[in-house]
Amino acid sequence: MTELLQQLVDGFGRGGIYALIALGIAVIFGVMHLVNFAHGELITVSAYAAYGLFVAGLDWWIIAPAIVLVAGLTSVAIEFVAFRWVRGAPDFTMLMTSFGVHFLVQAAFVMYVSANFRQFPRPGWIFQTWKLGGISLEVFDLLVILLTLLTLGITYWVLQRTMFGMSLRAAAEDFDAARLMGIRSDRIIRGAFALSGLLAGVAAVFWLMRSGQAGPTAGLSPMLKGVLAALIGGLGSLTGAVMGGVILGLAEVLLISRLPESLVGLTDGIVFLLIALLFVFRPQGLVTVRRAERV
Amino acid sequence: MLEVESLTTRYGAIAAIREVGLTVRAGEVVCLIGPNGAGKTTLLATVAGLLKASSGKISLDDDDITDWAPDRILRSGLALVPEHRRIFADLTVNENLLVGGVTRTGTRRVELRNQVVDLFPALSSKLQTSAGYLSGGEAQQLAIGRAMMAEPQLLLLDEPTLGLSPKLADVVFDLIGTLRSAGLTLLVVEQSAQRILEVADRGYVLRSGEVVASGLAPDLLARQDLFETYLGRNVDST
Repeated sequence: MTELLQQLVDGFGRGGIYALIALGIAVIFGVMHLVNFAHGELITVSAYAAYGLFVAGLDWWIIAPAIVLVAGLTSVAIEFVAFRWVRGAPDFTMLMTSFGVHFLVQAAFVMYVSANFRQFPRPGWIFQTWKLGGISLEVFDLLVILLTLLTLGITYWVLQRTMFGMSLRAAAEDFDAARLMGIRSDRIIRGAFALSGLLAGVAAVFWLMRSGQAGPTAGLSPMLKGVLAALIGGLGSLTGAVMGGVILGLAEVLLISRLPESLVGLTDGIVFLLIALLFVFRPQGLVTVRRAERV
Repeated sequence: MLEVESLTTRYGAIAAIREVGLTVRAGEVVCLIGPNGAGKTTLLATVAGLLKASSGKISLDDDDITDWAPDRILRSGLALVPEHRRIFADLTVNENLLVGGVTRTGTRRVELRNQVVDLFPALSSKLQTSAGYLSGGEAQQLAIGRAMMAEPQLLLLDEPTLGLSPKLADVVFDLIGTLRSAGLTLLVVEQSAQRILEVADRGYVLRSGEVVASGLAPDLLARQDLFETYLGRNVDST
């Protein structure tokens, strides 16, 4: 029982990060019908920003909010430079554009910085543990769970209680009908990218605190996990994205702890297999998304 | 108020409407009738800015709005209630109305919401209900109420009785009368040609993307040949 509780804490900690990334992907998919494979580049850019700020002698207390800001601004910049020009194009064109951004950013870091990963110190206090009964609570997991809940709470409030949030949800459901209400497509798409970037930024803080390295492919793994989580939840569903992230995190932790040591390396493969099975029974993911066809 | 001149809209190589012209004067109820595929919805979507006109001109009062974006057209006083209503099913009734008033300030938005609820009492007890759970008639009232939140001077209604029972269709036709009494100018696309001609001032008959007849509603209503040739049924049987 204690072991299971321990794994649940670990799983929620890991799943929280995936949930934040998946939520950002779902927000963009909602308004643009785009699975943004450039989403991981927000974490890559954040990683280099973190590295640069460390070299400049700054502390994590300043680096963390700076990373969130950098990710938000990078996301808006990517929309402005790349996606704005293919808005309204077929979904496939936008998908290819996202791949283009993904590879271009990677190539730029390889060419102008280095192909090698740069290490920076992780904050030591995150690895401290507290004993509660038989459970060993790592500060990092508690921090991730609490801040993820806080971020999701704020995001929920923004989406439910503000005109921007209502407009975003309306646009995600039926973009043309939203335009007929007077919602400006430029503003709502820019806002969606900003929100998505800020969420990726919070996820990046956790990811980088754990990994402590910056490299051209730093965002690849979190991006893939985020896309997977969004798919599990039902692409375009915000609630589903959060659920998908948590489920993916829990599945990984539970598998790692239960698989024989010789098979632990196959965890990702087994997770993919389980997801494939899920799609056999629920191709639309956990949450069914209603969406109107565009005119 | 609204002047459409020689308007052509294409889907690729195919012209959905060709050289269409129509006028709507302030305070009028004008209807647009015709068989399925005549281009009625395309015409309204082009006027509202959702589709780009290939050629021609659309004027609203003194402004040339041909190339304007939908939000700018809305801000100029023209709102469209689209075909199939297209309410936001995942949003509550209240949220749908508030989104409809996104161009208004916060206080004005709440005032307008209260006015719309007064106009459509059926919505008052369902403000916190997801719009996806409304009946067809309630959903239509919400779609019209949502458009009213922008305080339009000209309201375009695309097939407002589509999918409704005859009883609920009566409610919608009564509603058109109410909106007219409230001083709103209306351009209505409707399949029930006879019913809409009975409440409209003037009408246009569209077929294969072209205006084939127009005139005062009573005159069009009296033309049996129009119903037989273009609308596919006899007046007496409608």
